[in-house]
Amino acid sequence: MTTLAMQRRRATAGRVWKQFRGSKGGMIGLGVLLLFVVMALAAPLLADARELSPVFARAQGNPQWAPPSEFAPLGTDYIRRSVWAQFVWGSRVSLFVGLAATVLTILIGSVVGIIAGFVGGRPDAALMRLTEWFLVIPFLPLAIVLASVLGRNVWNIIFVIGVTSWPSTARLIRAQVLTVKQRLFVDRARSLGASGSHIVNHHILPNVMGLILANATLAVPISILTETTLAFLGLGDPSAASWGKTLEEAFVNGALSRNAWWYFVPAGLGILAVVLAFTLIGRTLEEIANPRLSRSR
Amino acid sequence: MGSLLTLVFVLVFNFFLFRVVQTDPIGSLFRGRDVPQETLDNLRVAFGLDQPIGTQFLLYLRETAQLNFGLSYQTRQPVWNEIVAAIPATLALVGISSILSALIGTIGGIIAAWRRNTWKDHSITSGTMVFYSMPDFWLGMILLVIFAVVLGWFPVGGITTAGSNETGLARLADQAYHMFLPALTLTLAYLGEYTLVTRSSLLDVMGEDYLTVARAKGLRDVVVRNHHAVPNALLPVVTLTAINFGFILSGAIAVEAVYSWPGLGKATADAVRGPDLPMLQALFLLFSAAVIVFNLISDLTYSWLDPRVEGQ
Repeated sequence: MTTLAMQRRRATAGRVWKQFRGSKGGMIGLGVLLLFVVMALAAPLLADARELSPVFARAQGNPQWAPPSEFAPLGTDYIRRSVWAQFVWGSRVSLFVGLAATVLTILIGSVVGIIAGFVGGRPDAALMRLTEWFLVIPFLPLAIVLASVLGRNVWNIIFVIGVTSWPSTARLIRAQVLTVKQRLFVDRARSLGASGSHIVNHHILPNVMGLILANATLAVPISILTETTLAFLGLGDPSAASWGKTLEEAFVNGALSRNAWWYFVPAGLGILAVVLAFTLIGRTLEEIANPRLSRSR
Repeated sequence: MGSLLTLVFVLVFNFFLFRVVQTDPIGSLFRGRDVPQETLDNLRVAFGLDQPIGTQFLLYLRETAQLNFGLSYQTRQPVWNEIVAAIPATLALVGISSILSALIGTIGGIIAAWRRNTWKDHSITSGTMVFYSMPDFWLGMILLVIFAVVLGWFPVGGITTAGSNETGLARLADQAYHMFLPALTLTLAYLGEYTLVTRSSLLDVMGEDYLTVARAKGLRDVVVRNHHAVPNALLPVVTLTAINFGFILSGAIAVEAVYSWPGLGKATADAVRGPDLPMLQALFLLFSAAVIVFNLISDLTYSWLDPRVEGQ
């Protein structure tokens, strides 16, 4: 890549950031997200990982089902574990699965969308048929079925979310590729003898990148909520407890009838905050990438 | 035609999904129990598992066409009977919630768009976004604790009061009473989508010239809104409603589990715990079929409502 192109790209990034800073919702979302990312990264400093083990909790002499007033800061659960420790360490799993699944979703969706849009013809028709089929199959039941046949571990869950949620991304990107393909600079590159892969890498990709990024940000909430639901239905990884897993354990072990709100409120609020943050950021990016969408005229 | 192809795809997909992953269905049926090899072999023959894969597929098609999905691992009852028994509860719950959320959500979206950038718009938009961003079953857990456990206004779950043998109207009232909290949960969870779609669609329409003309004619604001702007803005909302109805059978899996609502969602949640594979397979097929049928209906209504679509 030439330095000229680099400079241009840096200027674009600067412009996007300037527009982003002007959006109140986007900045709030970014702030909330940073808070949770810091919490996930600093988990070992915030809570001892050993507190996740019921054996350790018992040895510590923790009380059972203790409300926050008796056991700071968030009380304990049915096997005496600190809810705070579960909240802090759960943020790691929820964020990681959400992000990794989104990366997979965007990867599949982009590859399918770019191939379909750029190559056109029969491959396009075939890929779009496949996309349509995947759009029709109800997403959550498919994820449930896949997760229950594949088994319960983090990587399977990431895989399941990735292969079930790529179709809408593929469609969106194909449409964008089709419009970029019409632009003059693509014709010019081709008449100068550029190969297909050169055109995709140097002309198509840079122009759909913004949309891919905005779409990725909006796909994270779906990934996180799907992971939460799968975990709640008992399909979560037993060795890596996410926020959804906490909700499941709280529900299964009767936290509701005990009114043990401290057990399931924090995890739910965490999911809500992270999902809302990504939605706000994604909507702002989308408006920047596609000003016609602007929702708050 | 397209829907038919999709249905075929779902059938094939469903077949391989359960066939490929589940290498030894008979073995998993007894999971670790000591069963003589001879019995296992006989069962394999009985289920047609000794046949080549092509024959197995034909067998599967025949059985599926006859709605014979085998026995549930959990209850040992025919899967289809279990499913049929669970359909009404889900239809009632999700049907009512879908209609309510579409109505309330659309009205909210209209108010938000018409009064854009006022406190009304901001509170409607951010309120629905919050409900939209939480896991629906978590909302259910919160409502359940507040209104059923702490306040005791509503039952904690199920569809009828245990041990009651009321009939007729009293029974229906009891069921409605049990349905209140799950229906409230789903309505709140679905609202956001309708509000956001209606709002952005109406905002698009509001830029059109014909509204300026209507106003210039001296029509009142309410008339312009209800007779000129809203009808054109509702098209995407109609599509969304139709598409969401496709998920009417599968839309409340976790929420039904929270309220022990005896519908298809709870059946799915229970089948996952097993895992009860015949049950899951049949449920998956049914859920997919529902989506296909409602997509077809939505395409048809769309071209009927908007004749411009026909030409494309």
